[in-house]
Amino acid sequence: MTVPLKTVPLDDGRSDGKNDAAIRSSNLDLETPDKPYLDSNELVINMGPQHPATHGVLRVILKLDGEKVLGTECIIGYLHRGVEKIAENRTYTMFNPYVDRMDYCAAVSNGLGYCEAVEKLLNVEAPPRAQYIRVILTELQRIASHQLWLGTHALDIGAMTPLFYTFRDREEILKIFEKYCGARLTTHAFRIGGCQYETYAGFEKDIKNFLTFFTPKIDEYETLLTGNRIWLERTKNVGVISAADAIALGVTGPVLRASGVKWDLRKAQPYENYSKFDFEIPVGTNGDTYDRYLVRVAEMRQSIRIVEQAVGGIPEGPIMGKVPKVIKPPVGEIYHSIEGPKGELGYFIVSDGSTQPYRLRVRPPSFVNLQALDLMVRGLLVADVIAVIGTIDIVLGEVDR
Amino acid sequence: MPNFIMSYLGSTVTPGQAGNQFWALIYVLIIFAGVSVAVMAMNWLERKSLAHFQIRLGPMRVGPHGLLQPFADALKLMLKEDIIPAEADQFVFWIAPLIGLLASFTVYTVIPFGPSEAVSDMNIGILFMLGISSLAVLGIVVAGWASNSHYPLIGALRSSAQMVSYEVAMGLAVVSAILMTSLNEKGTGTLSMIGIVQAQQQQGIWFIFKFFPLGFLAFAIFAVAMVAETNRAPFDMAEAESELTAGYHTEYSGFRWSLFMLAEYAAMIAVSSIAVTLWLGGWMRPFPNLLHAPAWDFIFSLFPGLTFGGLAAIAVLGTVRMPSHSFFKIQRFGLAAFAALLGFIALLLLVIALAGRSADASLAARFSEGIGHVYWFMLKVAVFMYLFIWYRATWPRYRFDQLMRIGWKVMLPISLGVLMLTAIVGVIIS
Repeated sequence: MTVPLKTVPLDDGRSDGKNDAAIRSSNLDLETPDKPYLDSNELVINMGPQHPATHGVLRVILKLDGEKVLGTECIIGYLHRGVEKIAENRTYTMFNPYVDRMDYCAAVSNGLGYCEAVEKLLNVEAPPRAQYIRVILTELQRIASHQLWLGTHALDIGAMTPLFYTFRDREEILKIFEKYCGARLTTHAFRIGGCQYETYAGFEKDIKNFLTFFTPKIDEYETLLTGNRIWLERTKNVGVISAADAIALGVTGPVLRASGVKWDLRKAQPYENYSKFDFEIPVGTNGDTYDRYLVRVAEMRQSIRIVEQAVGGIPEGPIMGKVPKVIKPPVGEIYHSIEGPKGELGYFIVSDGSTQPYRLRVRPPSFVNLQALDLMVRGLLVADVIAVIGTIDIVLGEVDR
Repeated sequence: MPNFIMSYLGSTVTPGQAGNQFWALIYVLIIFAGVSVAVMAMNWLERKSLAHFQIRLGPMRVGPHGLLQPFADALKLMLKEDIIPAEADQFVFWIAPLIGLLASFTVYTVIPFGPSEAVSDMNIGILFMLGISSLAVLGIVVAGWASNSHYPLIGALRSSAQMVSYEVAMGLAVVSAILMTSLNEKGTGTLSMIGIVQAQQQQGIWFIFKFFPLGFLAFAIFAVAMVAETNRAPFDMAEAESELTAGYHTEYSGFRWSLFMLAEYAAMIAVSSIAVTLWLGGWMRPFPNLLHAPAWDFIFSLFPGLTFGGLAAIAVLGTVRMPSHSFFKIQRFGLAAFAALLGFIALLLLVIALAGRSADASLAARFSEGIGHVYWFMLKVAVFMYLFIWYRATWPRYRFDQLMRIGWKVMLPISLGVLMLTAIVGVIIS
């Protein structure tokens, strides 16, 4: 039974029981692999952890019938560094740079999520100027993350050239980061309560230049891929996941939106000053790899819109809120999530009133989205497994933490 | 001996006939060396042009503009440790690259670089070519099997299925070209590669334009099938890097691996040569029947020299534009030497062309004519080589089942239809 999309909650946010029907309707059985065709032997293949297309150190055990996938098993943990445990032994301020090392392709977004969670715990808010800077950098990071995804995803499917195009343009974003905070990848751009650094002279001009430079480049990517016959054949109806299944598995971000669910935390639970900006949430219809590609490309355009609006209206004022030198949140617990480039990035922090978190738990989008891999690739071919791993957009640093 | 060579050059016999085995052997050696050098040049060109498609520079350090990179690569590959996996079938593992290499080099025995610039003029030339080139799949299958590992096995299976099924469409396209050779007064066709080009000359049209669009369709089918046949992008499933790490040669390293690469590139040149021979007039210069005055002959005989002159000019430009820092001193010298070499070749070719102009049937005239044949043939092949690189830079990879679907459900029916229509049109016209 498939659930019509209307019963799935759209912009309005909280769970109100309407979800339950959708979740119940998906009778997933991911435990037992499919039966092989005829009485042939299963071929078990270890894909990874050393494999060119598993985006790091993911290990997927594939059960194959010839080239057809009967079932998969993901083995993770090859990049486990115990980030959550480290948090218990560091002060709130000291832990801030560690979150950059989780999703190293979207370090700014990770930092934003953590800072906001602690701010919520402290009950302070970043001043307006800081919020604008945060939004600009985070949206730039979203573009950079999608660029990286597009390049590697296209490379997985066999198109070599987009990778170099996207990396050329991603470089411009990294240059802005470098000028702003001195780091390109693991930026540590924000501080609890605001931003540590004032913008450099020419910050707005750089960003405006980037926007005029980058807007036509998206068309360039699309010229290479969107109408490409081979690209269409490789991505259409590959790795389909229905809205109901996606919700049942807790999938978020572009993967969920490509299935037709209009769920974006920037609209559903606006944080920072996202409610001030005018942008749309692109959604797909089929939930296949091609739709996820279209959704992410559209998201890059929407991010440009947001940055365009934000860069024009950066107010004057302080960049740090009233945060004590030694951060000692009151006893309590908090869950705060933001819309990272890959999906819902949540931080659950338990405070015992000391300078260190009692427990910190991260809800990484990659980890949760990776669950859907098995469902998506059942019955497809080996080549599609690569396409689907690419389309989920995982970063193993975040999956393993 | 010189007398023998002179008498051969003066005679009108085609190569490969009785009494010319010695000369054929010389040709074999020339072709073996020439193809190896062409593969090296192709290696450099592919890396450079692919890099320029992708807004990067490519090899720049080994020699000026990376010109010595292929030599460095070859040296490295020869010096590398020769690893044979413990679980592999030693003998088969050892022999697999040789099978592929043998198959792709043997094809050159029937490829005519000119009416007399060929190892042999076999009367079943095209059949021989199809037969031998399908042996190449054996090397791949055997390599995948002998490696005793999953990824090579899958790569080998994909590759064998792919090559076998594309051979069908390829063969039918070839047959429709052969049919066209029989459209003369006597009504006799030929399977000889030289004969096919001569038939195009007699009929005064390249077969690609014959019975438009039938000839073109057959050519197009061959052009697609030959990409699949050589396992190149977008049909490079057998060695799809992102899926099967390296496909059938995953377990190979060092010199054995380089033999596979050599075989692949040699096969690329071979199939392009076949396409040129069958549809693009082989060694013929443009409009040989229309512009056949001696003046035109002379003008076209200047082309090889001018091409090398142009290359030399580019090299000179590169030398001039090289930064004046002392770091680039040796590179600048190297590039200047390369320019001088190219310029010397250009001068030599131009001198031959000028000398060949004055007297008919002199040695220089024969030489000039032969150079012209080889030049036009190679120019046409070079276009295909560039296309191979271009495909690789532009397109994603097809999935295996889609590839098979295109092969059996699209290309096979079209080539069958083209074949039948060609036959019908041919009968009506004659």
